[in-house]
Amino acid sequence: MVGIGSRRTIGTAMTYALLVGVSMLFITPLVWMVSTSMKPTTELYADPPRFWPMQPQIDAYGAVMRSESFDFPLYARNTLVIALLSLAGVLVSSSIAAYGFARVPFRGRGLMFGVCLATMMIPFPVIMVPTYMLFKYVGWIGTFRPLWVPAWFGTAFNIFLLRQFYLGIPRVLEESAMLDGCSRWGCFLRIALPLSVPALAVVSLFHVLTVWNDLVGPLIFLSHQDQFTLALGLHFLHSRAGDTPWNQMMAAVTLIVIPVVVLFLMAQKTFIRGITTTGLKG
Amino acid sequence: MVRRIPSWVQGWLWTSPWWAGFLLFLLVPMGWSLYISFCDYPMLQPPVWIGFENYERMFREPAFYTVLRNTMLYAAIAIPAGTVTAVGLAVLLNQKVRGQAIFRTCIFLPTVVPLVATAVVWYMMLNPEIGLVNRSLRSVGIAGPLWWDRACWTMAALVLVSVWSIGSAVVIYLAGLQEIPQSLYEAAWIDGASRWRQFLHVTLPGLSPVILFNVIIGIIGTWQIFALPYVILRMGTGPDQIAYFYTTYLFESAFRDLKMGYASALAWVQLLIILVLTGLVFWVGKKRVYYRGG
Repeated sequence: MVGIGSRRTIGTAMTYALLVGVSMLFITPLVWMVSTSMKPTTELYADPPRFWPMQPQIDAYGAVMRSESFDFPLYARNTLVIALLSLAGVLVSSSIAAYGFARVPFRGRGLMFGVCLATMMIPFPVIMVPTYMLFKYVGWIGTFRPLWVPAWFGTAFNIFLLRQFYLGIPRVLEESAMLDGCSRWGCFLRIALPLSVPALAVVSLFHVLTVWNDLVGPLIFLSHQDQFTLALGLHFLHSRAGDTPWNQMMAAVTLIVIPVVVLFLMAQKTFIRGITTTGLKG
Repeated sequence: MVRRIPSWVQGWLWTSPWWAGFLLFLLVPMGWSLYISFCDYPMLQPPVWIGFENYERMFREPAFYTVLRNTMLYAAIAIPAGTVTAVGLAVLLNQKVRGQAIFRTCIFLPTVVPLVATAVVWYMMLNPEIGLVNRSLRSVGIAGPLWWDRACWTMAALVLVSVWSIGSAVVIYLAGLQEIPQSLYEAAWIDGASRWRQFLHVTLPGLSPVILFNVIIGIIGTWQIFALPYVILRMGTGPDQIAYFYTTYLFESAFRDLKMGYASALAWVQLLIILVLTGLVFWVGKKRVYYRGG
């Protein structure tokens, strides 16, 4: 017979074994990516595979950046320019619209907010073709504008996230300020906005990740290689990878992955909070 | 006292960024898209009205049935596989053991990896010759499959990759688990329910609204699958390939063949399919989902 105590110990041991096993499975591709990027060519095809190179080196990073197919500094700069221009727009426009939905009562507000939520369900492929034609019509194809101008009109996801946050701010704060003669705009600027910094952090984090991740937008709207973003540049490198050795390929991938991984590790709590507020209360 | 602006003007002003963007970047493009879905529009000449021709052509085109079958097959495998894995992982990550934060980080981390990077890394991982997976299998005497050459293995690989980036669903389930009152588990324990029975009769009903939400998000997501197969198979997809999905077909019709009218018709049919499927799941789910206090 097994006592309660030892049965619990076995249970905990099994839980640990599962947790360690699953975590290793999830993390292995990323470790393998970094390890491959640091292998000298001679070690790439070693059998059995070595998990960590015997002589780690960073030559592949220099080689892939010198190659004409992958101009990392330029692609990084392009990605950052698009990310910052659109982030500024998202923060300004989404917070204003969200405050309107949260605090300014008017006829049809509920319906309008409902429509706003419903637009989140519309898949991008559905509007891909007409959006392309719209930007072609105004002559923006081959510029960064299609990738950041729409962000200045607020995005449903961020409006929803910020509205939820504003609804959580006690009304008393704004009511007493308004009694003292503060305008609605003043309340927004001096009370709601400073209090919503944590929510704005969530919005910023998600937005930067989205821009970093986006392939379809740059693929459709950009036309010259010197405008490429990191995601598009990597796709381009991979699509003609016949002559790129695996260690250089993985060096390119690592360069793109490291910044988001660092960002995630620094802001893990913000990240998790964002997913749960939009996922559970939605 | 300042003259007060009527409240409806105020409301429309505050929300103007949203509705202006809605008109400009959604309503007008969608209207235009609906119009040209009834036109022959090869981009260089103005659109010519051809009635339902694009829609009729779709149903004559063998490629349409191929992408429909592939996309449905992918959704039918990836959504259940993802749901089971995510719920399982959430339960595991919800156990009260030390070091849980590290395990959680490991499982969420792949979620932030950009899709293109995910595609390239897994393309290498599953390379039949030098990939880690097949080489590890070989070292224990198993011949690994030719992942990207055989239809069924390509499908399996795409599902595997989608499961690898399941992190955000796990976070949502984890939050859902923490909303289930501990007292329910205590009551079940007193009644002598085993861990498995507790999972079936307390955890699953408690999670069911979250599962419904995630399945609906999953349907919308899987019907849009594009970047992953597009990058992995290096654009060279053909109608005979398993990784030829609905959005890939739409994309190629529009931007390779420049058949904007036909592509728009495809887009509207896609929207209709997604609406019907989510509606169906919502309707079936509503009867089975357990809402506490409702």
